Amino acid sequence: MNMGIETAFTPWASLFGGMLIGLSAVMVMGLFGRIAGISGIAQGAMGLPGAAKDRDWRWAFLAGLVVAPLGIVAFGGTVQQVVSDNFAGMALAGLLVGFGTALGSGCTSGHGVCGLARLSGRSFAAVAAFMATGFATVFVLRHILGGA
Amino acid sequence: MRILWGFLSGLVFGLGLVISGMANPAKVLNFLDLAGSWDPSLAFVMGGAMLTAFIGYRLVWRRRAPVLEPTFDLPKNRAIDRPLLVGAALFGIGWGIGGFCPGPAFTALPLLAPGTLIFLPAMLAGLWLGARVKAGGYLQGKGMTS
Repeated sequence: MNMGIETAFTPWASLFGGMLIGLSAVMVMGLFGRIAGISGIAQGAMGLPGAAKDRDWRWAFLAGLVVAPLGIVAFGGTVQQVVSDNFAGMALAGLLVGFGTALGSGCTSGHGVCGLARLSGRSFAAVAAFMATGFATVFVLRHILGGA
Repeated sequence: MRILWGFLSGLVFGLGLVISGMANPAKVLNFLDLAGSWDPSLAFVMGGAMLTAFIGYRLVWRRRAPVLEPTFDLPKNRAIDRPLLVGAALFGIGWGIGGFCPGPAFTALPLLAPGTLIFLPAMLAGLWLGARVKAGGYLQGKGMTS
């Protein structure tokens, strides 16, 4: 999927965007006293078992996420995106991402950004696990099965 | 106020995802493709986000309580157990197939790419299922503790 499409290395834009993500995590901590993990926020918004009960700001947060690219386009910016249209692959990927982040109590934001910033041992272990399987999956799909 | 600040926090997060390139699955997959068309940009996203949160958290924690809630509510579980590791490993496989983690999947929604419209509902179904399995404690076992 997306076999070997080159993307430009963008250290400054990525660093700046990353700092905005960190700022948002600090806002959520300072305002709501919570971890800004998207999988957790989504579970709370959906009212799933084991998730937090404060649903109001979670829905608003998700709305902000969805509106963000529209804001960039409205101010004349462009949003670059290449998404695979292999439907079976994307359905499987979505199921695994949802199931895995719910079971593993977090994703790239909750464990990767917030957890590492808190120096959480659980988050270090989770990041090592999902990075390892992420690298391995792309290697298998592109270089063993795909022959790209 | 809660709604407004929740929305603004999400907006800043989403702008960060788009500007950083993290909302583009092609870029994410290239970061994960060490042996091919490797794009190291995502290391800068993670670095910038983590460093900002590391410093910002410590400033915010000087307060007795957050602005809109009575207490800070941080995860108390310290165990590196089976659900954590199995869940994270499965998440990584899905991330490597689709190039989406949960945040970018929401941010990509208004662009209406067919792949996103398949991925997002599947992810919500996965969250639903995963939350039930976790609440049921099926994978709890003894695991490894630290």
